[in-house]
Amino acid sequence: MIKVVHYLNQFFGQIGGEEKAHIEPFVKEGFVGPGMALNAAFKGQAQIVATIICGDSYFAENEEKAKETILEMVKQYQPDLFIAGPAFNAGRYGNACGSICKYVKEKLNIPVVTGMYIENPGVDLYKKDLYIISTKDSAAGMREAIPKMADLALKLVNNEEIGSPEEEGYIERGIRKNYFAEERGSKRAVDMLIKKIRGEEFKTEFKMPDFDRVAPNPPVLDITKAKIALVTSGGIVPKGNPDKIESSSASKFGKYSIEGVNDLTSETFETAHGGYDPVYANKDADRVLPVDVLRELEREGKIGELHKYYYATVGNGTAVANAKRFGQQIARELIADGVQAVILTST
Amino acid sequence: MVKEIERAGLPVVHMCTIVPISKTVGANRIVPTVAIPHPLGNPNLSYEDEKHLRRKLVEKALKALQTPVEEQTVFE
Repeated sequence: MIKVVHYLNQFFGQIGGEEKAHIEPFVKEGFVGPGMALNAAFKGQAQIVATIICGDSYFAENEEKAKETILEMVKQYQPDLFIAGPAFNAGRYGNACGSICKYVKEKLNIPVVTGMYIENPGVDLYKKDLYIISTKDSAAGMREAIPKMADLALKLVNNEEIGSPEEEGYIERGIRKNYFAEERGSKRAVDMLIKKIRGEEFKTEFKMPDFDRVAPNPPVLDITKAKIALVTSGGIVPKGNPDKIESSSASKFGKYSIEGVNDLTSETFETAHGGYDPVYANKDADRVLPVDVLRELEREGKIGELHKYYYATVGNGTAVANAKRFGQQIARELIADGVQAVILTST
Repeated sequence: MVKEIERAGLPVVHMCTIVPISKTVGANRIVPTVAIPHPLGNPNLSYEDEKHLRRKLVEKALKALQTPVEEQTVFE
C-alpha cells in the first residue's frame, strides 16, 4: 500500500480560523477534513497515514523552522507520497503548500503534489518545481480538485508517464518535451499564421515567458522636502467601513482623509480585511498604516509632508486585474496631487 | 498595486511580512516587517517600545526610497 502524508492549514485541518493561524505544526494519524475525499479518490491504491496541520501565519513567519519541523514529522511515517492542500486562492496557504512540497521533494526524494488557483502567489513561486493542480479560487472547487490531485499523484508514484498540463490538469511548468508531430514544423507554423490572420484561436508551441517587471524608479533626492503618501492592502478604513470594502475579493479601494490625524485609534479606524486576525489592527491601526510615526517625522522635518489622503483596499484573494486597476487609478491621483514617493504596506 | 504605482513613475517601497510574495508581485524596494496581522507593530511590546519599533521600520522605508536600486532589493 502506498503511504501518503497530507499537509493542511489550521482551517482545513478543522482547528479554527484566523485566531488559530499561529499554531505550530502537529500531526494527526489518518486523514482530516479534505483528506477524507482524497483518501477515497485513491481507490484503495494509497492511504493517508498521517495529516500535518500548521497555522498559515506560523508557517509564513517561521518558514525555515516550520519546514524543518514538518520534514521530521513526515520522515517518521516514511511515506511514498506527500500531498499539500489544495490551497485555492489563499495566499499564505499556497505559499506554505509550495514551500513544504519543494522541501519534502528535495530532502526525501518522493513525489509531491499540491493544488492552487492560478492567481495564488504560490503558483509563480513554485510552478517550476512542482506539479500544482489548477483549482478554482475557493473551496467550492474541492470536489473537482481532489480526483485530479489523486490521479496525478498515483501516476507519479507508479512512475507512469505524465501527460501535458491540459491532460492532467496541472499548471504549466515551462517544461518542453520532445515528441513526434504528424506534420512538419513549417506547415504547422504556416497553419498557425493563417489562423492568426483569420482572427481564429491558435495554440503556440513555444510560449514566451511572461516577465512583467517594472524597472525601479530613481530615488527621492531630498526626502525632507518630499510629499509622501500611504497606501495599504491591509484594509485599514475609517471605523464603520464607509465604502463597504469587501473583506475578501475586493472590488474597490477607498480614499480617506488623514488631515489633522496624528494617531489612528480603535475609536476611529479599523480593518476591513478578512483572512488575518483583525484584533491587533482594530486595536491600533498604526500597526498596519503608520500614520503616528510619519506625523512625528513630519513634525521633526525628516519628511516634507504626509499626503492628506491615504488609499486602502483589502488584499485578500483580490483578483490581479482589480489590483492592477486600483494601482493605476491611485497612482494617477497621487501624481496629480504632487506626491513624490509612496509607502505601501501589506498584511 | 506596487507595480502599477512604480510603473506610473513614483518610487514606492513595499513594507510586508512575506517577502517572497512581494518579490513575485514585482516590488523593487522591499522592507520586511514584523508579522502578518501587525506588520508595523508588536502587541507584546510596551506602547513606547512598539512605537520605537515602528519608527525604525518606517525610517528604513524612507532610506529605501532614497537609495538608488537597479533590481529588486530587500532592505533588511
